[in-house]
Amino acid sequence: MAGVEWPERFGETAVDKNGRRGLREEQERLTVLELINVSKHFGAIQAVSDVSFSLEPGEVVGLMGDNGAGKSTLVKMIAGNFRPSEGTLKMDGAEIILHRPVEARRHGIEIVHQDLALCNNLTAAANVFLGRELHRGLGPFKVLDYASMYRRAGEIFAELKSETRPRDLVNKMSGGQRQAVAIARTRLSDAKIVLMDEPTAAISVRQVAEVLNLIRLLRDQGIAIILISHRMPDVFTVADRVIVMRRGQKVADKKIAASSPEEVTGLITGAIERV
Amino acid sequence: MAITLDQTIAHKQQSWLSAKLSSQTFWVLMAIALACLYLSFATDSFATQKNLYNITRNVSFVAIVALGMTLVIITGGIDLSVGSVLCLCSMILAVIMHAGYSIEIGIAAAIGTALIVGAFNGVLIAYLGFPPFVVTLGMLSIARSLAMVASNNTVVFEFGPDHEQLLALGGGAWLFGIANPVLYMIALALLTGFVLRWTKFGRHVYAIGGNEHAATLTGVPVRPIKVAVYMISALSAGIAGIIQTGWLGAVTTNIGAGMELQVIAAAVIGGANLAGGIGTAFGALVGAALIEIIRNSLGLLGINAFWQGAFIGGAIVMAVLFDRIRNLRQND
Repeated sequence: MAGVEWPERFGETAVDKNGRRGLREEQERLTVLELINVSKHFGAIQAVSDVSFSLEPGEVVGLMGDNGAGKSTLVKMIAGNFRPSEGTLKMDGAEIILHRPVEARRHGIEIVHQDLALCNNLTAAANVFLGRELHRGLGPFKVLDYASMYRRAGEIFAELKSETRPRDLVNKMSGGQRQAVAIARTRLSDAKIVLMDEPTAAISVRQVAEVLNLIRLLRDQGIAIILISHRMPDVFTVADRVIVMRRGQKVADKKIAASSPEEVTGLITGAIERV
Repeated sequence: MAITLDQTIAHKQQSWLSAKLSSQTFWVLMAIALACLYLSFATDSFATQKNLYNITRNVSFVAIVALGMTLVIITGGIDLSVGSVLCLCSMILAVIMHAGYSIEIGIAAAIGTALIVGAFNGVLIAYLGFPPFVVTLGMLSIARSLAMVASNNTVVFEFGPDHEQLLALGGGAWLFGIANPVLYMIALALLTGFVLRWTKFGRHVYAIGGNEHAATLTGVPVRPIKVAVYMISALSAGIAGIIQTGWLGAVTTNIGAGMELQVIAAAVIGGANLAGGIGTAFGALVGAALIEIIRNSLGLLGINAFWQGAFIGGAIVMAVLFDRIRNLRQND
């Protein structure tokens, strides 16, 4: 981690963290993302109805629910793929309207897609910088700055404590390394929120541990994480809070310590109506 | 001593040399070198200035079009219309110059035609989701038909006031006795190689071929790039058409017939992968060169010309075979 400079904001939050349950203003200042009565319908289909929750810096929230419960629709609204039919999104207290994913990225919302969105024929560094390549030179004579991209990608992999070599092709990498490449993208900008869609689906047990460590590393930098997952053990290992969705509604939002896998399973299936 | 994380990250997986040695382009290049060496000893006529002049010039037409085709193939597409586009552009140039206009106007019209055809292909493929095979197969038929319409299916061999300039452009040898088409080929190959390796556009072309969905998600402007790639492919055919017109001194509506297959063969032999994501400008030249060497050597060795197709087809399969063997070994 030597030589890594994190933005000041992160240091501040770490200090404030202890006192965050204090004053009301402080509480508000510490809310990085807030959803207020958000709904989304596609024609007659109500995908998400009246969901509100807030997210603090450095908080990991597990978002759980069965297929079709509205998780992806909810996440796609935060990521700028869909606009809410009703309700508002607020970041740092100010309302935001996202028309496209690029705008979400500009607000500091980064997504790690379920399929990771990697190009197997490109190097790790090329994948990290895909769509955000670094240049050198002037005006029309700009060329790709390979040296800087390799160096920066290497620094990010070191931060993530991942044995990933920037010059290697992605198609030769393990599931954990591929995750590291996808997660490294979120470190290029000053991300405040990282949405992770099923990061531990379809990888080996050892690699799951690697990915959970990556999530903890991001959290320790003060980044808020929404972890969409089907895997109960992962959510209970790494998340601070769990939000359960069923039929488009939020049926639970509670501290991990105050819940149990049995309760969450009951909430997902509908055996427990709501807590 | 334990290896630190930083050392692992800084480690290069393979050296420059081993990367070269494992590339298909390198082995095809070796095959060409061996063939040239053998032909120099086995025949008196191979290593003569005249024969080498002919070979290099013949290579250049296919190679120039293969450069554009390589870009298309890297994105995971295909352009079957290049032979017909070459014919259409040649004919537009010929008809306009024959009507008494200057060479500048003729070339501008030919290049404009190429760009329009390429944009048409590209828009249908990128924005309307047509399969590249179908769109360019349609254009293969349309472009040649338009060339026939433009010329009334006649042979054009008089190019108006700038007749001599056009012939010099394609048939001359302005530098060290190297045929002009070869000079254009080298210049265009350097340009293509530069664009692929050093520009954002080139990087995105590879990304689209590697995983189009990922490219879209990461904010790569996939559709405009695909349109541009088909425009470049048509442009390369147009440029080859202009040069070939100057060299031949006459244009018929047969020019470039069946050329698309030679061009695709050149790109594939040179290492471009039809599945997308892989290919180089240098590979396109090497592939075109191998095809021409095979053709030339069969003639010089006195082998019946009917065997040409068998040897070129064999070369396509062999070149890709090496690639398959390497992949199988890696997967084990």
